[in-house]
Amino acid sequence: MWLSSKKQTKKPPNVQPETSLLRLYHRFRALDRNKKGYLSRVDLQQIGALAVNPLGERIIDSFFPDGNLRVDFPGFVRVLAHFRPVDDDDSGMRDPKQPEPLNSRMNKLRFVFQLYDLDRDGKISRHEMLQVLRLMVGVQVTEEQLESITDRTVQEADEDGDGAVSFLEFTKSLEKMDIEQKMSIRILK
Amino acid sequence: MGFPMLVPFSPWCWLLLLVVLKCSEASSDLNKSTNSTAQHEPNVRFAAASSEADEKISVFALDYDYVQIPYEVTLWILLASLAKIGFHLYHRLPGLMPESCLLIIVGALVGAIIFGTDHKSPPVMDSSIYFLYLLPPIVLEGGYFMPTRPFFENIGSILWWAGLGALINAFGIGLSLYLICQIKAFGLTDVNLLQNLLFGSLISAVDPVAVLAVFEEARVNEPLYMMIFGEALLNDGISVVLYNILIAFTKMHKFEDIEPVDILAGCARFIIVGVGGVFFGIIFGFISAFITRFTQNISAIEPLIVFMFSYLSYLAAETLYLSGILAITACAVTMKKYVEENVSQTSYTTIKYFMKMLSSVSETLIFIFMGVSTIGKNHEWNWAFICFTLVFCQIWRAISVFALFYVSNQFRTFPFSIKDQCIIFYSGVRGAGSFSLAFLLPLSLFPRKKMFVTATLVVIYFTVFIQGITIGPLVRYLDVRKTNKKESINEELHIRLMDHLKAGIEDVCGQWSHYQVRDKFKKFDHRYLRKILTRKNQPKSSIVSLYKKLEMKQAIEMVETGILSSTAFSVPHQAQRIHGTKRLSPEDVESMRDILTHNMYQVRQRTLSYNKYNLKPQTSEKQAKEILIRRQNTLRESMRKGHSLPWGKPAGTKNIRYLSFPYGHPQPIRRDPKVADFTGDDSSDSELPSIMFKPYPRTGTLKKETQEIIPMKSFPRGGKPCHFGYPRNTSQEEHVGAGRREALRPKPLFHAVDEEFESGEESEEEASAGGSRWSAEHRPSKQYHRSHSPLLQRK
Repeated sequence: MWLSSKKQTKKPPNVQPETSLLRLYHRFRALDRNKKGYLSRVDLQQIGALAVNPLGERIIDSFFPDGNLRVDFPGFVRVLAHFRPVDDDDSGMRDPKQPEPLNSRMNKLRFVFQLYDLDRDGKISRHEMLQVLRLMVGVQVTEEQLESITDRTVQEADEDGDGAVSFLEFTKSLEKMDIEQKMSIRILK
Repeated sequence: MGFPMLVPFSPWCWLLLLVVLKCSEASSDLNKSTNSTAQHEPNVRFAAASSEADEKISVFALDYDYVQIPYEVTLWILLASLAKIGFHLYHRLPGLMPESCLLIIVGALVGAIIFGTDHKSPPVMDSSIYFLYLLPPIVLEGGYFMPTRPFFENIGSILWWAGLGALINAFGIGLSLYLICQIKAFGLTDVNLLQNLLFGSLISAVDPVAVLAVFEEARVNEPLYMMIFGEALLNDGISVVLYNILIAFTKMHKFEDIEPVDILAGCARFIIVGVGGVFFGIIFGFISAFITRFTQNISAIEPLIVFMFSYLSYLAAETLYLSGILAITACAVTMKKYVEENVSQTSYTTIKYFMKMLSSVSETLIFIFMGVSTIGKNHEWNWAFICFTLVFCQIWRAISVFALFYVSNQFRTFPFSIKDQCIIFYSGVRGAGSFSLAFLLPLSLFPRKKMFVTATLVVIYFTVFIQGITIGPLVRYLDVRKTNKKESINEELHIRLMDHLKAGIEDVCGQWSHYQVRDKFKKFDHRYLRKILTRKNQPKSSIVSLYKKLEMKQAIEMVETGILSSTAFSVPHQAQRIHGTKRLSPEDVESMRDILTHNMYQVRQRTLSYNKYNLKPQTSEKQAKEILIRRQNTLRESMRKGHSLPWGKPAGTKNIRYLSFPYGHPQPIRRDPKVADFTGDDSSDSELPSIMFKPYPRTGTLKKETQEIIPMKSFPRGGKPCHFGYPRNTSQEEHVGAGRREALRPKPLFHAVDEEFESGEESEEEASAGGSRWSAEHRPSKQYHRSHSPLLQRK
């Protein structure tokens, strides 16, 4: 029902089991204070816990891709679909012609990549890495330390020497990590 | 474990021990001498003085008897505190073993000293003292620090598990031991069924919270945490109720007289005692919440009210033979929410700390007493009884855990995994409760009391030491975390980012279970309860109250220690930086890794991490403040520079709409017309240099402006490396001009606080003007404004 009324879609969100979709809808309605039918930035900013999250603003921004100012329910679900736990039996039966489900490892990594890469040029520049570091670190760390950490980070991941981390390099640096488990929220199953 | 721990506090400790030894020697002499004259009379001091009247007045005299009890109790507590200091100095220890281990060791030490010097220990522990003074603080602290929301979400499982689990354990252990006692070879035939049942009920009182600190870092999931917490909370109450009922049974004439009617009466009594206690607690909780509504002007008595009412609920319940423990727990849970809103910030801190202090003093005393009775002559060692007790404790706990959770998993949306159940099983560590109940067994009814005490002691020692120390590795093993692998800096950064991301998305998803019931309760709460129980004019937003707590003093301190000054913000440094790859030595990498691990912000934990012995709120509060301040700054910067969304969309008129007040906001706030010029958005351009925080002394505005302008000049240069497509109006003059306009802006940060501290009239206009500008532009949340207006209105 919700899926039909969207315009800016790339791919339909995953089919989610009935109960969690219903709960997400209730949550959407609860967040939408003025019953507008969509969420704006302000609505998401009212989630108090996000305000003390170092990445709060960026997380909110990720709900509004392409510079939109509103997100409707399908968009809301689409972002959250990235965090569904990966079902092992899904991957076996997947039809290769269909687009990859949003909660695949690649798509999860792409989501994370977009948190870094704000100008969407497909690379994390040194400057962007520095910004993220600055967000995540306490105030006792000096500027020089941050810069050297950034240098080291980019250096470790950068293979073609262009001083920036592309998406492939990013995935390569995280290949040993269990992304599926880290970026899964149990209640979205 | 021994040496590094002993070394830090050994000088003081040996000194103390020497003092104690000397005193005990002196007192034993005194005891012998005064025994012949006056026996334990309260005025023995004065009697001695009067008998010396014919002699010379002695210049120095030693009178130990007079102060013996408080003196020794104080020494014990001090000793335990010193031991705790030493324990925490060696910072790996708290993660290795629970603090109860430490307390037991200290108790054993004191017991050894007392035994060695043949000193009579002060009568600290008898039934009335324990039940009236030592037990309530422990239970109150447990109830007060319990996170309410997860508790009520899981309350079905918790009641099922704690209630039935305690009953199954008690009766299971009691019955099995009774069967063992029937075997003549062990020499236990005189222990009848009731005594065994009683023993079962007291040995099943677990204290799993003691081990929570050990596997805190393992990110135990929230329901599991709540299970352990809830069990600890309710377990004491249930064991004591059972204990009392069974003691009442034992006092009845003979075992054979007990008929099924009595058993039914016992069950009914159990339920009434439990429910009645909770009922009393809730009433007292509401009364105390109501009274704190009126204590604005004498906030010094607020902690007193809280404590006295909780204690009163306990006593009132005990008067009617209801369960005081459940009463005090219910009182704490009920009153916490409203009291925390009503009391002042300092009272709130006082209450928390005082509660911790009282409970840790109680527990320390109990453990020391346990140590004292360990090393003594009143033991009866019976191999069979003790070994079988240990075995049955484990077996029955396993049975109750797996059986009860199997059933409750059928009804839960998120069932507990086997791993979780194993953790719950293994966390069945006994604590001070069992020992107290065993010690207080009436000797007349229990001729073999010593054996019970010995068995209890053995179980406690075993569970606390062996289970307590091994549960950490077990949890980490079950968690299958790759903590041993050295991660690259890349991985560490990305992992932390993903943790934050996940926490943020979880917050967006919100809490999900039983929302209907909770919603109904919340509506009822809002409509009726809050109006009665909380003060008016309370800012509802947690962000604002957080700012209130950011006191001026702390802000000044922060600046003085140079933390937040960014004049050292080396912008030219950045511009000149060559993208050369510097080969870094391993030590550099190590130091970088250290910097990262120690300084990265912790991921917000959804449950308050509860430590029984310590209050550690500071780090997360500091962190939250830093993040909020930084966020405010970045929002301010983004407004000032006229940035739009970072994805290159030029700032259009569409965005101005968002500068006007959010929909349906009832309070018209005076808006500065200049505000409309800023075509900003509330996206935080955190790319901008964000750590800039200027303290504004409450002096003239001129000073502020000049202070503001200088760093502003550096911004255009800092802004250059940002590759964004927005139209950039980076003329220096504009920035300087913006800076001048900006001068007043950060003030509201303090003025919001100022209003709290000084109701000076001179700040009013600036506050309202600044406040309106602030609120119009920053708008982190709608609640901000609703709450901001009461702040302004109050003036």
